[in-house]
Amino acid sequence: MFTDFGRYILLLKAVFKRPEQWKIYWKNISHEMVYIGVNSLYLIGIISVFVGAVMTLQIAFQLQSDLIPKTIIGSVNRDSAILELSPTISALVLAGKIGSSISSEIGTMRVTEQIDALEIMGINAPGFLILPKIIAGVTMIPLLVIVSIALNIIGGYIGGTFSGAITGADYYRGITEGFNPFTIVVSLVKAFFFGFIITSVSAYQGYYVKGSALEVGRASTSTVVISCISILCADYVITDLLL
Amino acid sequence: MIEIKDIHKSFGDNYVLKGISGKFEAGMNNLIIGGSGSGKTTLLKCMVGLHEPDEGYVLYDGRDFTRLTKDERIDIRKEIGMLFQNSALFDSMTVQENVMFALNMFTKQSKEEKLERVNFCLNRVNLEGKNDLYPSELSGGMKKRVGIARAISMQPKYLFVDEPNSGLDPLTSIVIDELIDEITNEYNITTVVVTHDMNSVMGIGENILFLAEGKKEWEGSNKEIAHTDNQRVNDFVFASKFAQAAKEKL
Ligand SMILES: Nc1ncnc2c1ncn2[C@@H]1O[C@H](COP(=O)(O)OP(=O)(O)O)[C@@H](O)[C@H]1O
Ligand SMILES: [Mg+2]
Repeated sequence: MFTDFGRYILLLKAVFKRPEQWKIYWKNISHEMVYIGVNSLYLIGIISVFVGAVMTLQIAFQLQSDLIPKTIIGSVNRDSAILELSPTISALVLAGKIGSSISSEIGTMRVTEQIDALEIMGINAPGFLILPKIIAGVTMIPLLVIVSIALNIIGGYIGGTFSGAITGADYYRGITEGFNPFTIVVSLVKAFFFGFIITSVSAYQGYYVKGSALEVGRASTSTVVISCISILCADYVITDLLL
Repeated sequence: MIEIKDIHKSFGDNYVLKGISGKFEAGMNNLIIGGSGSGKTTLLKCMVGLHEPDEGYVLYDGRDFTRLTKDERIDIRKEIGMLFQNSALFDSMTVQENVMFALNMFTKQSKEEKLERVNFCLNRVNLEGKNDLYPSELSGGMKKRVGIARAISMQPKYLFVDEPNSGLDPLTSIVIDELIDEITNEYNITTVVVTHDMNSVMGIGENILFLAEGKKEWEGSNKEIAHTDNQRVNDFVFASKFAQAAKEKL
């Protein structure tokens, strides 16, 4: 456990060494951005709309009182989407989708000696393979979270008005009332760290695979478990520090 | 020329290399042979720095590779080419991108110059025109040849080859062996080949180092190996009935 953490830190140190050729790194970074960002839009979109709709119904169900204005439903849904649901659910889903694929990609390169081939040539393999993924992760995952927040709020509108739990006008007033821009900052800070955790933990798991294809599969399973737990811990710490 | 001096290596309590010394001359096929698990790959990896030996050192034309830091090794690394057991081509790149990779990373050549060099290397291994295929579209023998093209793209002074014949049919094996032999002679490369394939040993083994139980058991050429009275070497070389029958006719 502690030796694992030490190796993880050493790996990160190698990752952030100065690249040999920025031109090639840029090409890889844009490639990873498309892979992590664009290719996850659809999944994150669907999940966000549904979570927003369901949350709105549940909030409406719990706030059935004449003393509380209906607009609160919109405000609560907005804040919970921004602060917790969009960053955390997106990150957990992406840990499964992106994390497992990064760890099996790098793990396969390890067991088929492609990483050895890079090192023989004198290339800093951790930097070459992992840096583009981390950069793509810490930029694209915050963007995905912004999209997720928007769709979550839209999903709330659709769910709320469709079921009759809240009128469109009340919901709209709710989401615009008492908005604190700092919540967006908290959300993006979370997304940044989650992006870092997802890409670096999965890369670490793949990089140190030993043996055969079987181990590659195992590494990608433990990647998902470790990333999810790390995301939830980071979520707690960041919330505690910033709010 | 590469010299190794008293190389020791263990993994945990598995003592694999117990002090191996040897000389590998330029323009020559130097073979490291021995049974499975005898430490051939481990020795090769110690020589190229993929493993760090516990003791001993490796000299590349007098330069002590083992004592250098990772950054200081880069200059020697650029003179090293390696062909891996399963070719280890980069899956996500085409044949051309694989062969051009080191040129892109380490040279400031123009696109035309790099392409010319890639085509020259592909030509040399008889794969002209296969530039845009991906590794998954190649046969085992073609992958090896792309691996050789990639290994020679930077005009290496040293070429390391791990089990060039594993997974290949006998005819393709001979083609690959001959290719390695020709390239070694043409460019005066110091070539080190790890193998347990007896056809290779007899075909291209100009300088053979036989490993057994972590030690150098025997050293000599393919002409000498058939007549040695070392029991271990004999058991290894004449393991097959076919080889025994051939020996009786000698
Ligand atoms: N990375 C490693 N970690 C632990 N043990 C290893 C490693 N590489 C090789 N070994 C062990 O070293 C011994 C020699 O292996 P190897 O050099 O691959 O043999 P050969 O190539 O001659 O078949 C074997 O017992 C193997 O289990
Ligand atoms: Mg081997």
